[in-house]
Order: sequence, then structure tokens, then C-alpha cells
Amino acid sequence: MSISWKSYNPGEFYDELISSPGYPRKVARKLTKYLSSLSHVELQQRKAMVEHAIKTMGISFTVYSEAGNIDRQWPMDLVPRIINQTKWDRTSDGLKQRLRALNCFINDVYNDGKIIKDRVVPGDLLKKSKNYRKECAGMKPLHEVWAHICGTDLIRDKDGEFYVLEDNLRVPSGVSYMLENRTVTKRVFPELFENYDIQPITDYPTQLFDTLAAISPKPKDYPEVVVLTPGIYNSAYFEHSFLAQQMGCELVQGSDLHVEDDYVFMKTIQGLAPVDVIYRRIDDLFLDPEVFNTDSALGVPGLMRAWLKGNVGLANAPGAGVADDKVVYTYVPKMIKYYLDEDPILPNVPSFLCTDKLQLQHVLKNLDKLVVKPANESGGYGMLIGPQSTQRQRAEFARRIKANPREYMAQPLISLSTAPVLGESNMEPRHVDLRPFCLQGSKPYVTAGGLTRVAMVKGSYVVNSSQGGGSKDTWIVRE
Amino acid sequence: MLSSVAERVYWLGRYLERAENSARLLKVYSAMLFDLPRGTSLDWSTLIDIVGVNEGYKEKYQEVDEKLVVKHLLADTDNPNSIFNSLVMARENARTTREVIPSEAWEQVNAIYHVLKDKLNPRMGRAARYSLLEEIITNSQRLEGLFISCMSHNKAFSFIELGRKLERADMTSRLVDVGSINLLPAFSSNPSQRLVLEPYENIVWMNVLRCLGAFQAYRQQVQNRVSGNAVVSFLLQNEEFPRSIGFCLHELVSQLEKLPNNEDVIRAIARVKRITREVDVESLVDRGLLEFIDELQISIADIHEEITRVWFNLEIKLKEDS
Repeated sequence: MSISWKSYNPGEFYDELISSPGYPRKVARKLTKYLSSLSHVELQQRKAMVEHAIKTMGISFTVYSEAGNIDRQWPMDLVPRIINQTKWDRTSDGLKQRLRALNCFINDVYNDGKIIKDRVVPGDLLKKSKNYRKECAGMKPLHEVWAHICGTDLIRDKDGEFYVLEDNLRVPSGVSYMLENRTVTKRVFPELFENYDIQPITDYPTQLFDTLAAISPKPKDYPEVVVLTPGIYNSAYFEHSFLAQQMGCELVQGSDLHVEDDYVFMKTIQGLAPVDVIYRRIDDLFLDPEVFNTDSALGVPGLMRAWLKGNVGLANAPGAGVADDKVVYTYVPKMIKYYLDEDPILPNVPSFLCTDKLQLQHVLKNLDKLVVKPANESGGYGMLIGPQSTQRQRAEFARRIKANPREYMAQPLISLSTAPVLGESNMEPRHVDLRPFCLQGSKPYVTAGGLTRVAMVKGSYVVNSSQGGGSKDTWIVRE
Repeated sequence: MLSSVAERVYWLGRYLERAENSARLLKVYSAMLFDLPRGTSLDWSTLIDIVGVNEGYKEKYQEVDEKLVVKHLLADTDNPNSIFNSLVMARENARTTREVIPSEAWEQVNAIYHVLKDKLNPRMGRAARYSLLEEIITNSQRLEGLFISCMSHNKAFSFIELGRKLERADMTSRLVDVGSINLLPAFSSNPSQRLVLEPYENIVWMNVLRCLGAFQAYRQQVQNRVSGNAVVSFLLQNEEFPRSIGFCLHELVSQLEKLPNNEDVIRAIARVKRITREVDVESLVDRGLLEFIDELQISIADIHEEITRVWFNLEIKLKEDS
């Protein structure tokens, strides 16, 4: 028995591979045909091989639980998701445009604040932002770039268009899984690569290194770039270690660094050695106990002094998260127009601001239809999904929103596209999103594709790996 | 190279070597016991002594038998030196130094950990145990080859080597302990039994050599029948056979020469070299071998102390300077 594409029915949703039951999209035809040539047993064997490869390669992530931290194997479905190159090129342009505008915005709000003076963005938006760092005011990092690395979450609605769901400008993670998914597919399914020209993605670590090297305070051929991790118990430790390895950098913890006379050093077997650039994977508030959380053991005392004096490059810059706020998000299309005088290439998901009276009324009246998101949470926590909520949950959210309108925004329940996932007996449609990674140093770069996350439960929209989500290798292919 | 990373790869080397040597010890010890007549003074409790886990064992078990001793040395999670724990620690150190070791090496360490985790079971028979021990040894050798042929011979490599060779020297000294155990007392009162034991006279020393894969090398170099004296001096002083202490010390020095601020550590090694070179082996085997090995192990531990002080504890030095 082999796969029956005729009985695969994504319903009303846009499916990444199949346009209607029995009819694969043009770009997916060779893949679906090849998959159909395999028997049920062969497919299940490949599935087991994927799991085995992930186990031996040690691709894992950590889940925090009451019973302690659990190191879980990275979940990956073996059927790749294919996106057509023409479609992707446009999306990629949109992502670069967006990050350029976001960086203009961050630099503006910490310096002249023109966008506020011109009343494009309300001033109290920033005053109440949890991620605005007053310590950064007046700072001008190299190239005036604050967010060097951005992970943008995209979704595809029923019309097949990409919409931006959120921008992650603090410490976005997932890129290592994108790279490892490709490695696993090559190991387990080498045949698939015979009939396709797939955009390679392996140059990401090189691009990342170049981006980081570009913010070295002193121009050097080989600046000392380090990756700063909160440590082995962090959920993304695997990624920190992977990126350090791929870039040939030292992976340091706060305790490995030392600030002296406003310069940063690392403790080596030869004594102290200077550090030029830090790719920090620690949140702002834990970076420097002298300035932020005084009891942070993860950070480095004096790091902010060194950065403010321009003696060390930090990526992303402290305070960059001011634009990574679900309320600020709603203003991004206006920012693009304001700073770049361009029309946004990628649309936002329509959003309602609870700070606006009329919009707030609409939100409160339609809580059962909307998705309510807190402004500053990540990982899918603290959300209300209206259509799946209870009366009591809605009442609770109404209370919270009224008490603190700046902390919430709402969106209609948008559809997520689907892609086939190999189940027990057949292919089944599951919802997916996409997180491409965008770099901006001296020049912009976008990964070819990104990390596709999959909600493994039928009908579910929750793609976060911490909550049982899976993933897929993602191909950008010329038709 | 970061001090913290240097420390972790050093321990990676030590734990890998510890797991391999413990597996060798367990394998040969079983083989030897099956050769000996029942009733000799050599039994499973001796093995616990050699590995140095006497206290922990006695706290946990009342009896000493093959099943329990093997379980304790191979699988017990509350024995910090069990093979399983050594591999858990090796894996943890590899996991946290993936940026400096070859990715294939990480995969190998990870793979053997999973093999052990999946296959260990208390009802494991002798045959299954034997093949598992073989697998652990082979994996460790494969890893050593991987480091030598796929990793830059840089500072991280030197620290892995320091860990490996120091641990190996220590384990070899423990094996010399095995050989020194006298089989005869239990039989000496009865002259007729003395005769029974004669064919076994050198069986312990032969097994010690086999355990280290040194039997062939010994025959080639010593060209003499196996005798206690010759084996002890071979294992202490030979500089050509990779598992003899003399060789390990030689290797340690050649790695140390590539590292900064190495003087104190080289001095500590010179002390151990002197001890092994100047000892009168002839008189040792008849009396005093155990005391000598104790002294040797303490001086090997001193090398470790020096390495830790010089390269891993920068924190303390910073404070002293300021």
C-alpha cells in the first residue's frame, strides 16, 4: 500500500504541496510522485531513520518542567515543504525592507525621536514599553544597526499570501534546527535531491559571522567574536553551541568574561584575552548586573559600560527589543512608509489596538472570535484563542485588557496553511508557519526559506516546540 | 582557549579513558576468574578494591557476587566511577564543548551513551555483557582515532590527550595492583594443593597483560617467560608501549610542551618519572608493591592538581593579582 493523494484533503486551507485532492502543485509534483512510489513499510522505515539520525546527531531542545529540565529530541517530519522561488524572492525583499525600517525606528527612538515628534507613532507607546531601555538613549551603534539578527514569523492565509505574524528582535532561535533539518533530509532521503534544484542554506553561519565581524569596534581581519550563552540548561543551548561550532567561535558563559577598564576580556589558559564582538543569547535584563537585574549570575558586570563606550560590539544591541512588541508591531507598515518612503512588500496580519477606544470596544465585544496576545510574551504563552476559549477565560481576559490596555493587542483568527505530514497510515494535513532569519550588518541577508514549524495535533495552531510542535525541512525551488 | 572549555575537554578525555579501562578490567577479570580453580583468594571483592569503590559498594550491598559487582561497576548510577556514569559525564562534557571537538566525535560519544542506555539490564548474561564491553572498548578506540586524525592538533587536542594519558597511567597502576595479589596463601598450608596451583602461577600476570592488550608487545620486547618482575617493569618503565606508564608520562610531556605556563606541571611529571625509573622492581614484587603503587597514584594525582591550578582556576589567580 502506498500514499493516496486523492484522500488527502486540506479542506478550506491553503496547502503547501497539494492544490486539491489528487492534484499536487506544479513545484511539488516530483516529490509527491516519488513519495507515492514508496510502500507504507518503506516510508515508516524512513521515518524511523529520521528519528535515529536526530538521536545520534544529538539534535535536542530543553523543556522546563516541574520535574526538572528534560532534554528532548528535536521533532521533524520527513516530508519537505516546498516554496516556489519567485514567491520567495519577493518575500525575501519584504523581510529585508522590514528589518531596515525596524532598525531605523530603534535608532530613532533612542536618539532624535523624530517619528514621535511627527506623530506617526504615539509617544506613550515607548514610555510604557517593557523593552525600552533608558540606559541606551543617545547610543549610536556601528552602521546604526541595533537588530542584526531577526527571526520573523510568517503565516500563509487561505489566499496563499505570506503575512507577518511577529518580529523577533531580541534573541530569536531556531536557525540551527533549520540547518540540521536539511542535514537530516540529506542523510535519510538523498534520492529526493536528484530531481530538484534546491537553494542551499549552509552559508548561514558564514553570513552570520560576517555580520558579527562587521560590528567589531576595531576593523580587523579576524576579530574575536564569541557566542554568549546563559548555559547548558537553557532551552536553546544546543543552538548556541551549534552556532559557535559552525562559526569557529568560542562559546562563553558570563563567568568566562571579565570587564577591565571598560574593555571585555575572556579567561583563557593564557590569561585574559580581548573580545571584540559578542553574539549574546541572554536577555537584556540579565546582561549586566551593574545596570539591570542586580542578582543576575548569567551576565557580565561592566558589559554595558564597555558597549556604551564603543569598546565591544553586541548583537543584538541592548534595547533592540523595543520594536519586538506586539503593539509596536502594528505600526511597522507606517514605519516603512515613514523611514524608507516605500510601500510595505509584506502585509501585517490585521490587528486591533486596545489603547484605541473604538478598537478596544470591538475587541471586548468579539473576544470569542479574536486571538488576544500579550505585548511582550514569546513562545505562544499567555494568549487567548477566542473560538476555543471558555466563558470564564474570556471574562478573565476582558478584565486584564481593561486594566492594562497597552499590554494587549488582538487579531482575527487567521488561517495557517497546511502541509502533508506522515501519520501512522497516511499523509495528513497539519498547520504550519515559517520563521526565516534575516541579517543586517553592513549588508542584508535572508535565509533561503527558514524553519517550518508544524502543529502536530490535528486542527491545532500551536506550532511551538515547547508545546509539542514539530518541524519540516523547507525548500526554495525554481519551477 | 577558554579555561572552562579546556577543563571540560580534559575531563572528556579522562572519562572516555576511564570507561575504556574499566571495561577492559571487567572483561579480563571475568576471564581470569573462569580460568582459576574455585577457592583461590582472588574473588570479586578484589575487583572492588582495585577500582577503589569499596565504601560505596559496602554501603549498598551486603553480599559480594559476580552479578552485583558487575552491576555496580558497569551500571550503578550511584557509583560515580561506574562505566555508565563515566560515559554520562563524557557525553555531558562533549555536549558542552561541541564547538571545539569534531562533530563526528560528539556523535560517537552520544551513540555509545545511547547504546549503553538501551542495552544495560540487570539480567544481562555473560555473553551479552562481554559483547557490550567489547563495544565500549571499540568505541573508545574509534574516538581516539577520530581525535588523532580528524581534529586539529591544537590546544583543545592537547587537553584531551592530557586527560586521556593521565587517566591511563592511573588505571595501569591499578592493574599492577591486580597482579600483585598473591594467589598462594589459601593453598600454602596444604602442599598437595600447591602442586594443583602450579599451572596457574603466572596466569594473573598474563591476564593483566591481556587486559592492556600488552601481551604481544611484552613477548616481543621482553622475550622471556611471563614473570612478575618483568611485567611490572614493563608496565612502569617501557616508553614504547602506549599503555605503559612510562609511555603515558612521555606523551604528557610532549603535549605539555605546546601549552603556556607549563613549568610546574612538567615538574610534577618529572617527579613521577623519577619514582618509576628509580624503583627497584626486584624487591618490590616480593614485598611492598602495594605501598609503592599507592605512592605512585598519589604522585599521579599531584599532576592533576597542578593542571587544575595552572589552567582551570583563573578566577583565583585574578583575585591574587588584584
